[in-house]
Amino acid sequence: MSETDAAWIETALSSARPQAVGALLRYFRDLDTAEEAFQNACLRALKTWPQNGPPRDPAAWLIMVGRNVAIDEVRRARKQQPLPEDDQAISDLDDAEGALAERLDGSHYRDDILRLMFICCHPQLPATQQIALALRIVSGLTVKQIARAFLVSDAAMEQRITRAKAKVAEAGTPFETPGAVERSERLAGVAAMIYLIFNEGYSASGDTAEIRKPLCEEAIRLARLLLRLFPSEPEIMGLTALILLQHARSAARFAADGSLILLDDQDRSLWNGTMIAEGLALIDKAMRHRRSGPYQIQAAIAALHARAATPEETDWTQIDLLYGALEVVQPSPVVTLNRAVAVSKVRGPQAALELIEPLAPKLGNYFHFYGVRGAFLMQLSRNDEARVAFDRAIALANTSAEAAHIRMHLDRLIRDSQPKAKEGAKAR
Amino acid sequence: MLYAILCYHDEDFVGSWSKEQDEAVMKKLAVVQEKLTSQGRLGPVARLLPTTAAATLRKEAPPLVLDGPYAETKEQLLGFYIVDCKNLDDALDVARDLGAANPGGAYEVRPVGVFRPGGNLT
Repeated sequence: MSETDAAWIETALSSARPQAVGALLRYFRDLDTAEEAFQNACLRALKTWPQNGPPRDPAAWLIMVGRNVAIDEVRRARKQQPLPEDDQAISDLDDAEGALAERLDGSHYRDDILRLMFICCHPQLPATQQIALALRIVSGLTVKQIARAFLVSDAAMEQRITRAKAKVAEAGTPFETPGAVERSERLAGVAAMIYLIFNEGYSASGDTAEIRKPLCEEAIRLARLLLRLFPSEPEIMGLTALILLQHARSAARFAADGSLILLDDQDRSLWNGTMIAEGLALIDKAMRHRRSGPYQIQAAIAALHARAATPEETDWTQIDLLYGALEVVQPSPVVTLNRAVAVSKVRGPQAALELIEPLAPKLGNYFHFYGVRGAFLMQLSRNDEARVAFDRAIALANTSAEAAHIRMHLDRLIRDSQPKAKEGAKAR
Repeated sequence: MLYAILCYHDEDFVGSWSKEQDEAVMKKLAVVQEKLTSQGRLGPVARLLPTTAAATLRKEAPPLVLDGPYAETKEQLLGFYIVDCKNLDDALDVARDLGAANPGGAYEVRPVGVFRPGGNLT
């Protein structure tokens, strides 16, 4: 494998993409034109790079070529007559590499990428469209790839992206740099979008996990990119840490038959140590800022799980406290349900059961509520009630994996084996 | 004479490698490393985690911790340490002690992803 191999060129093109499309958008002020210009530049690259080797600064090369090709197109359209292919001018660029890179102003880098991300997270777009647009525009996944990851037809995904683009065009693209307040709001929007992409991949069941894994990897790439643009934002550190720590467990989360393996039962030697190290370093760094937030708290919880070499070593007391903090900044019945799992480990199943009883009206249709409740009842040897809860959970299960997982509990009940606390909604 | 060989590359590009591409590169590097090892010439080898995991300690009084990698162009890389630390705070404490012994400049503190101690070069 050499750097002129197709696979390497593809990688170089996709890693240069956010910067190049962002710069082209600044020139053309139109998403479709920018994207088309980038595609054309990529086609040229695939033609010339295998012979000449990749340029020293692929992004600069792609921006320059994309811009020139697009300007030619405009001229051609005006003159209504084709101009001769000017490939000579393009290949001359390779010799002018150094000068070219200097001519491209590096100071735009941050604003260009941010603008691109902000456009995808336009407040007027529903979340599903934001995700689709970001994966298409920023990540450069094909419509086919995105459709596959989201388990919808190509036509449906194509339509979703077209609608999103139309809405963005209609709303107009803000080209001025937003003020501090607006920026932090929109930054939160971008962070939420990245986390949604991650969760789309993470919440896959065993039979789709492999297909959807690229979503997790792409979310990590986008989070690192965002963190490079905002190196001192503790919540962005928290977000990046959170998804790294969760993704680190991916090799241990599913059995060979595709069923979900709970945290307590996972083979921890399969966890990715490098990803965990990066996540831990980021959460350490975020904590120094003393500006807590939901991503940091969730990352801190994930870090406590990651630090435990065995389930018995998990610091449930800290996890209970952290869920308590999360309840304050981001109250939700699901957070309380997760907290109850920690409480059951620290203060026993009775205290945990009392904590979740008030949630019944709110979580009456939530699969995990009955799964967790059943597990607590089982630990209290209230087996008949546990069975009722598990039956309800199976009725509410969204996937076969969820149902299978509850059946495992039921089998355990029937076997009447040693009761053992089970993870709930979050610790999967 | 011992030589340090410091690796520079575009992080965006390297971070976009697929698992297969990454492994292919590491495998080819391992061949070169093994040759040096068999000649008893290879010391420690480290692959660092992304710059996003870095913090930088400016050796002022009092020392100032900044997020992210070291980005000044006016100062040059003059050496490095590999230290076993509990966490980032611990590593920054070590950097502070070193900074007190040698003020001025900065230390970038970055976690190591892959570490091979190598042979004893004396």
